[in-house]
Amino acid sequence: MKAIYILWFRQIKRYSRSKARIIGSLGQPLLFLVALGFGFGPIYTKAGGGNYIQFLAPGIIAMSILFTATFAGIEVLWDRQFGFLKEILVAPVSRVEIMIGRTLGGATVAVVQGVIVFCLSLIIGFHPTNLTLLPLALLYMGLIAIMFTALGTAIACVIEDMQGFQLIINFLIMPTFFLSGALFPMESLPKAVRFIAAINPLAYGVDALRGILVHGAHLGLITDFTVLTSAAVAIMVLGSYLFSRMQV
Amino acid sequence: MPDADSSTIISVTDLTKTFDGITAVDHITFSVKAGEIFAFLGPNGAGKSTTIKMLTTLLHPTGGTISMGGHDPADSPHKVRRTFGIVFQDPSLDEELTAYENMEYHGILYNVQKDKRRQRTKELLTIVELWDRRDDLVKNFSGGMKRRLEIARGLLHHPSILFLDEPTLGLDPQTRNLIWNYIRELNKSEGVTVFFTTHYMEEAERVAERIAIIDQGKIVIQGTPDELKSRTKSASLEDAFIGLTGRNIRTEEPSSLDRLRVRRKFFRKPGR
Repeated sequence: MKAIYILWFRQIKRYSRSKARIIGSLGQPLLFLVALGFGFGPIYTKAGGGNYIQFLAPGIIAMSILFTATFAGIEVLWDRQFGFLKEILVAPVSRVEIMIGRTLGGATVAVVQGVIVFCLSLIIGFHPTNLTLLPLALLYMGLIAIMFTALGTAIACVIEDMQGFQLIINFLIMPTFFLSGALFPMESLPKAVRFIAAINPLAYGVDALRGILVHGAHLGLITDFTVLTSAAVAIMVLGSYLFSRMQV
Repeated sequence: MPDADSSTIISVTDLTKTFDGITAVDHITFSVKAGEIFAFLGPNGAGKSTTIKMLTTLLHPTGGTISMGGHDPADSPHKVRRTFGIVFQDPSLDEELTAYENMEYHGILYNVQKDKRRQRTKELLTIVELWDRRDDLVKNFSGGMKRRLEIARGLLHHPSILFLDEPTLGLDPQTRNLIWNYIRELNKSEGVTVFFTTHYMEEAERVAERIAIIDQGKIVIQGTPDELKSRTKSASLEDAFIGLTGRNIRTEEPSSLDRLRVRRKFFRKPGR
């Protein structure tokens, strides 16, 4: 447990010291909130969809978590390239503990980013319907973060190249984001696209956040929880296996 | 077969490692006694770092046996990992943390109790003259300071063996001299066995009690510095080394930092 704690704490410490990282990673969500929120807002309202910021904000919070969590895997590559991974791998700590510690660290950072984006969205005009449900929203944010941090770490275990990692991650997260229902409702889309959304775990995260922060979840919070937890556990198991096979 | 008496702390028999059909380490056999300063020398690409990686559980051997403090790395990797500290060829500190935090981090990973960890950290950072800089971020340290911190960190959990993979590479003569003085002092005061590699032959001759020279994956000679010079009829260890390994320049393996600049293969095979 101590090893998991110190691996988690290291990620938090590094994040808290990197002001550029904190500020820089808010640029994209803020741009999406402002440009899309105010740009498409009137059209969305005219079409009878209601307040677009209310619809968009949970999706952008999920996006912020998705990007931060998945890119947390790059720290494995940095640690490999700068030698620190060897220090961890020669320590008397199981590879599973290392995987859990790193994932929880990256996931915590991603949730913090999500909370900052949530606060920014309040400034822009987002009004959560029930603030007492915020702890529940944090739980779902945590599940999204764990799932995608584990995914990023698992990918970093099998890719040696920094640019290659970024290409693969972009290739994966862009469709994951656009087909999650974060920016537009999925109901009116063609059947094939809806099928892809149905197997996209982020869609369940967006649905849950929207359900908690704005109104009832379309897919149901229990379904969302089951899918997110199952996907997070499955990816953690895969990541632990790949990490255990890693040699430097 | 290496001597397997009670004073042997590292015992290696017929150790072999192949990568995609290329033999990096070829049936090597040697032993190191407890408290000894042992130099493992060889040209670039001879198999030194691969051997250290196998001894320290970072690589699985293709064949042969290893005993580290009486434990087999394949069967009891955690027990083996507790027996040694290591200073890698490339830096392995977290430069975004302070010197003290790097020590704390290491101590917690090795489950050193809090009060002992703090006492030992102060003691070691004082020895390597970094106590006053303990709260500075490592990224602001010079190469020599980082090396000294890595040595202190490697000794935090009271290991029986200290591996030093080219610990003085790229350092000025003053810092090199200082580092070897620390190592000899720690070897005497704590009885820690030192297993090191270096390309500086005069350092090996001055510091090592016994030396093994590896070339193209095979150990070509081992003994005390005087024995090596006498058996090769050489005036210095450097002459003996060149006489045994030749004058041809060897291909050097890229370091981790080199790999940042030079793209190698895209995907890495897990478990290699």
